[in-house]
Amino acid sequence: MIAEIGHFSLILALGLAVCLAILPAVGVYYRRVNLMQLSGSLSAGLFVFVSISMVCLGNAFLNDDFSVAYVARNSNSALPVQYKISAIWGAHEGSFLLWSLVMAGWTLAVSVFSRNLTLDMRARVLSVMGILSVGFLLFILLTSNPFDRNLPVFPQDGSDLNPLLQDFGLIVHPPMLYMGYVGFSVPFAFAIATLTSGKLDSAWARWSRPWTNLAWAFLTVGITLGSWWAYYELGWGGWWFWDAVENASFMPWLVGTALVHSLAATEKRGVFKSWTVLLAIFAFSFSLLGAFLVRSGVLTSVHAFAVDPERGVFILAFLVLVIGGSLLLYAFKATGIKSTAGFEWTSRETMILVNNMLLIVAAGVVLLGTIYPLIYEALTGGKKISVGPPYFNTIFVPIVMLLFVVMAVSPSSRWRKTPLEKIVRQQLVSLFASLVMVTTLIYFFASKIEWVAVLVVSVAAWILINLLRDLFGRVRNKVDKLTALFRQPLSYYGMLLGHLGIAVSITGVCLTVYYSEEKDIRMAAGDLVQLSGYEVLFKGVKKVKGPNYVADQGELVISRDGEHVVTLHPEKRFYQTGGNMMTEADMDAGLFRDLYVALGEPIGESAWAVRVQYKPFVRWVWFGGLLIALGGSVTLLDRRYRTAKRKVAASATEVGVTAQKTTTQKTVLGEVR
Amino acid sequence: MKFGKMKSHRRNRLLLVLFVVATAGVAVGLTMKALNENINLFYSPEQIVGGEAPVGPLIRAGGMVVAGSVVRSTEDLTVHFVISDMKMAEVTVQYVGILPDLFREGQGVIARGVLDDQGIFIAEEVLAKHDENYMPPEVADVLKESLEGSSGE
Repeated sequence: MIAEIGHFSLILALGLAVCLAILPAVGVYYRRVNLMQLSGSLSAGLFVFVSISMVCLGNAFLNDDFSVAYVARNSNSALPVQYKISAIWGAHEGSFLLWSLVMAGWTLAVSVFSRNLTLDMRARVLSVMGILSVGFLLFILLTSNPFDRNLPVFPQDGSDLNPLLQDFGLIVHPPMLYMGYVGFSVPFAFAIATLTSGKLDSAWARWSRPWTNLAWAFLTVGITLGSWWAYYELGWGGWWFWDAVENASFMPWLVGTALVHSLAATEKRGVFKSWTVLLAIFAFSFSLLGAFLVRSGVLTSVHAFAVDPERGVFILAFLVLVIGGSLLLYAFKATGIKSTAGFEWTSRETMILVNNMLLIVAAGVVLLGTIYPLIYEALTGGKKISVGPPYFNTIFVPIVMLLFVVMAVSPSSRWRKTPLEKIVRQQLVSLFASLVMVTTLIYFFASKIEWVAVLVVSVAAWILINLLRDLFGRVRNKVDKLTALFRQPLSYYGMLLGHLGIAVSITGVCLTVYYSEEKDIRMAAGDLVQLSGYEVLFKGVKKVKGPNYVADQGELVISRDGEHVVTLHPEKRFYQTGGNMMTEADMDAGLFRDLYVALGEPIGESAWAVRVQYKPFVRWVWFGGLLIALGGSVTLLDRRYRTAKRKVAASATEVGVTAQKTTTQKTVLGEVR
Repeated sequence: MKFGKMKSHRRNRLLLVLFVVATAGVAVGLTMKALNENINLFYSPEQIVGGEAPVGPLIRAGGMVVAGSVVRSTEDLTVHFVISDMKMAEVTVQYVGILPDLFREGQGVIARGVLDDQGIFIAEEVLAKHDENYMPPEVADVLKESLEGSSGE
């Protein structure tokens, strides 16, 4: 019964989404205030009904209702309760319900927090978001209903959640990721709304910038969590595989990063207006493309969802409609927009332009590598290929290195025009300083000197030095230096944190790539192996029992120079219900290095295949990611957005419908009544 | 820098366009080169047995792991197994290392590696998908073709 309520409220939500897509738009067209006003309550209703649906599915999981096919496939009565909850989004149907819930959530957020928008603009934006919700909800109801029943005969127990997904990482990773993916629908909706209104001024940049930064921060956290999860759960110590699904999340991130920067330029200087609109369209298009690649099964991937051509066709059609429609609109409406401000080629504007070019090229490179197997198969009549990680590494890395150089120099640049000679002199000094510093550090602390690593880490140090110098330059001439630090706008600190995060991440990536040591060996109880100055002693394996699995648990004692460092207990688990084997690695995490051990398979009577790894600075990869996300979200709290919004609201006089502040809205409503 | 009588914003625009075109050109060239050097063609067991697969370059092969064919060395991590299209063609794969958790006899796998002149596939990576219901599309196609072939006879 409860599952039917869930299904029914999903249908109601679809009805509300259709209304949301149509009514406010009609209101805008005929200038009917009451129809435009509906957008707020319709958004709220949409969110409420998708939430009810979600709660119903959760209820089915918690009460082990195995008559619901989706629950029977992805849960089990012995599954611990936190995993029953995360199992809701553990497979295709439920994860798409989560996707729709997130969509409804962003829609509601826009309707609540954009009361300062003109009524006309708000109606347009919410209407676009309504159209997207219609697409997503139709997709669920037509192809992937999580409430389908297994009647009349249903299993006594479920076939269990995939053991790889029974993990803390899966509880938090998909919601974060979807907040990011779907969050890009907000700048997209703003872009489309602005295009249809024909008023492409800087105001839209100010409106959509906080939303974009927030969505981008969520996506950053989502990708970071995914990489961390892969590291300890899936990847045997790898944290990025250039897998199609990873790329699917990375491409919108790259375009989103470009958007975050160009929005800043559009808002502050009024440049790149139409380009920014195009980027907003692209960022969301890449999100949709990602959904298509992951869910259609067209690509071989470590974690593609099960194959269903019908779903692929639906998403592809939606993709074509959304991207094609918005680009068409762009082509008609974005012509003849001129940037109001000029700039010299030694300016911050140029820096941002180069940043955007490089990021777009990088995204294009990843896109090409990801879909090339499809193109190749189509061109050669069925020959199947895969594109290896070396492709991505040889092309992507040089592009981002260029990007990092631009990034290092950029804080010293000024808007409009920068004195070139001064900058060049400054930068040569700081680059030289960081090279010397890093070379010294690596010479004293590392086992060997890898020159590529020296170079890359030097660039990271260079970025850091320039950020610090810029901060120092801002307070140097102030009397009260501490107050001056606090007076800096929060968006400035957002930039500092974001760039610092990149510096931290590339340091981690580079050092762990060049200085990791890995050994796959056969070990019997009592065997000893040397690894990067550590001695690893294998003490054997014993049986242990978990809530829904049994495991062989190994014991490895790691010491250094005779002193005990840590004892690790990796497991090889067997989940009885699904009949799955799973490797549960164990690691000693540290700021400067991880020690990582995993059990392979038993060999012969007493021996095991064992993987032992020494991974320096690997935590920095994710720590940097979190800093980047923090930087993105700090910008939101900038005082400018509160005061600025009021200014925009006061100055905007739309076609006779000026209803910005709540008080004015009430008056208008009163008149209509 | 002088560009004749060009106005400064025109000059800027020209510089920008040139820069973009040059960057894009170099990027596209390098990208296509790297792409073509790093594609791994897929071959079915039948194609490998039939001599269609090249000896030397990195390729991929896939099929079902034949029951009872997995032989482990007692000395190190070397393992041999046979992949088949479930009809007639069988290829022996040699791999040194830890096999994925879902590697099992009777399961579809894909291996990436090189074919040696003895017809043995030396794998550097073996992939088995982490969803037990999931069949790699390549292997699914191989099985479909071989089954259709045998029913036609």
